[in-house]
Amino acid sequence: MPPEFSAQSKQRIDRVLSRYPNKQAALLPVLHIAQDEFGHLPDSVIELCAKTCDVSPAHVFGVVTFYTMFHRSRHGRNELMVCTNISCMLRGGYQILHHIEQKLGIKAGQTTPDGAFTLVEEECLAACANAPMMICGQEYFLDLTPQKVDTILDDLRRRWREQQKMAPVGGGGTLHGVGPTPGAKA
Amino acid sequence: MANAEAANLKIVTKNFGVTDSHKLSVYQQRGGGQAFRKALTMQAAALVDEVKKSNLRGRGGAGFPTGMKWSFIPKEAKTVYLVVNADESEPGTCKDRELLAYDPHLLIEGMLIASYALGCKHAYIYIRGEMMREARIVEDAIDEAYAAGLLGKDHFGTNGAFKLDITLHRGAGAYICGEETGLLNSLEGKRGWPRLKPPFPAVRGLFNAPTVVNNVETLMNLPDIVTRGGEWFAGVGMGKSGGTRIVCVSGHVAKPGVYELPMGISTRALIYDVCGGIPGGRALKGVIPGGSSMPPLDASEIDVPIEFDALMTDTRIKDVEIRPGVPFDLGGGRKLKTMAGSGGVVVFDDTTDVVALCARIMEFYAHESCGQCTPCREGSGWLARVCKRVARGEGEPGDIELMANVANGIGGNTICALGDAAAWPMLGFITKFRADFEAKLAQSAKARGTAAPSASRAGAAV
Repeated sequence: MPPEFSAQSKQRIDRVLSRYPNKQAALLPVLHIAQDEFGHLPDSVIELCAKTCDVSPAHVFGVVTFYTMFHRSRHGRNELMVCTNISCMLRGGYQILHHIEQKLGIKAGQTTPDGAFTLVEEECLAACANAPMMICGQEYFLDLTPQKVDTILDDLRRRWREQQKMAPVGGGGTLHGVGPTPGAKA
Repeated sequence: MANAEAANLKIVTKNFGVTDSHKLSVYQQRGGGQAFRKALTMQAAALVDEVKKSNLRGRGGAGFPTGMKWSFIPKEAKTVYLVVNADESEPGTCKDRELLAYDPHLLIEGMLIASYALGCKHAYIYIRGEMMREARIVEDAIDEAYAAGLLGKDHFGTNGAFKLDITLHRGAGAYICGEETGLLNSLEGKRGWPRLKPPFPAVRGLFNAPTVVNNVETLMNLPDIVTRGGEWFAGVGMGKSGGTRIVCVSGHVAKPGVYELPMGISTRALIYDVCGGIPGGRALKGVIPGGSSMPPLDASEIDVPIEFDALMTDTRIKDVEIRPGVPFDLGGGRKLKTMAGSGGVVVFDDTTDVVALCARIMEFYAHESCGQCTPCREGSGWLARVCKRVARGEGEPGDIELMANVANGIGGNTICALGDAAAWPMLGFITKFRADFEAKLAQSAKARGTAAPSASRAGAAV
């Protein structure tokens, strides 16, 4: 069964489409909505977005692979975006990244086997006055030290476990079983 | 310093630190909204003149005069777009993110004024994808403005009825979308590939219509220009740069931060008076004055003001060279010193491995090159690989000349400025810190000289 947008996503998409003079211009917002719903953007979702914005799947594929925030494979629940660009580098950004790698047992670019974390080495995230820093979703973690990172990771994992308990049996995503599983080669 | 009034003047950061400064009610209590009401009593052409008189210059990087940019919009244009560039990604720059978080209604008022002056009916804010928190804040502010009838409803001014819609558009992670034509392509649902110019966006921009792309900070200056006049704004500035300047100071200083300061302040005063100097009493090695794409200053060049023209022309700053004694040619014999760029000031002390720092900058531009132009796509990768090997102590004789040649081959030879953004700091670092690069090469030569001959290693492996 090809994937379909939920009623809630459809509502968001209708609102987005009304803000542009043509459907193609809504492609980035539609891809964000799709990724919010499905977690990542496999071929089937790319086709759905192409239909929604009246463009070819090839065009959507080109766009998806151009931008770093669109994922072709499944990512962890918490995406840790750790900046290592110059302002952070001068104040220990790489030590922070390596500390997290060690603590989670994964390298930058990988996802933990339980799906709790994906670690991303990021370019400048525009919080240079509070270097070193990282972002997780809408949360900023600033002026980091290895000790602070330990507390943050413990807290995020605890919150993730609580969310797991609340998730419906069998998983919540409509794309269950579609696309590569975490850790598998894309 | 041009003007005593400028010393403590806050134009765009005036609401920083105020509780709930991001809410419309707080913004209005503090006098917000009056400038737009005044603008409605003025002719559009008079507003453009006021902005020209103010000497307001673009705060995104190039420092282009805003009033002049506006005046390129054809008079007979039926549809005009205003696009706010909130895709702040230049390493070392963190001002727009704070401005959006603290005072989104100042931006909306600036957009209302600009749109009224330009005849724009629908404006877009292109916000960087990673700024999820700020996107939420700005979205809420736009909703508030709609609910209050500021957006989506007719206002009656001297130019007749005026109605503005604003749409927030999130990027998805691509530095190149900060380049204005890359941004427009991204906003149209395409890859963020920069466009060949001309035609410039003022003639053919978003959806093929005349378009003005302005930075967040630039637009946030407009309410005060309207209220207090263009002449006043020019007067508090310095030379041909009106107003104050926001600088984001990071790296090796005691008090990093986002500061609104007089245009005429020197880099020295910025580091030692405003930011509390360098921790541990260490010595200054150098400063990147305007985001990582700008050539660095060495410790002897920091008495120059941070103003746009001073950093480009002051004779106390050495020319960037392609080899000792041969200056880099910006075209028409113009020489390159450095630029005020986006206001991202990165300070590094004498314990810094400047070659590794430069290599990290090159890695960034190699990662962010969009791939359209060969000199940039291939050249930025070369710069990153060669500079990294020099930094690791695996450099080869001639690597400095190789990097300078590649950088010189990129500069000025690409569709957009990303090529220059890689080439300029490369040449700048070699010009200012050549001894550090040479020391790295001497180290690697020594390491190679003392290593066991390769034949015996091959023998051991058998």
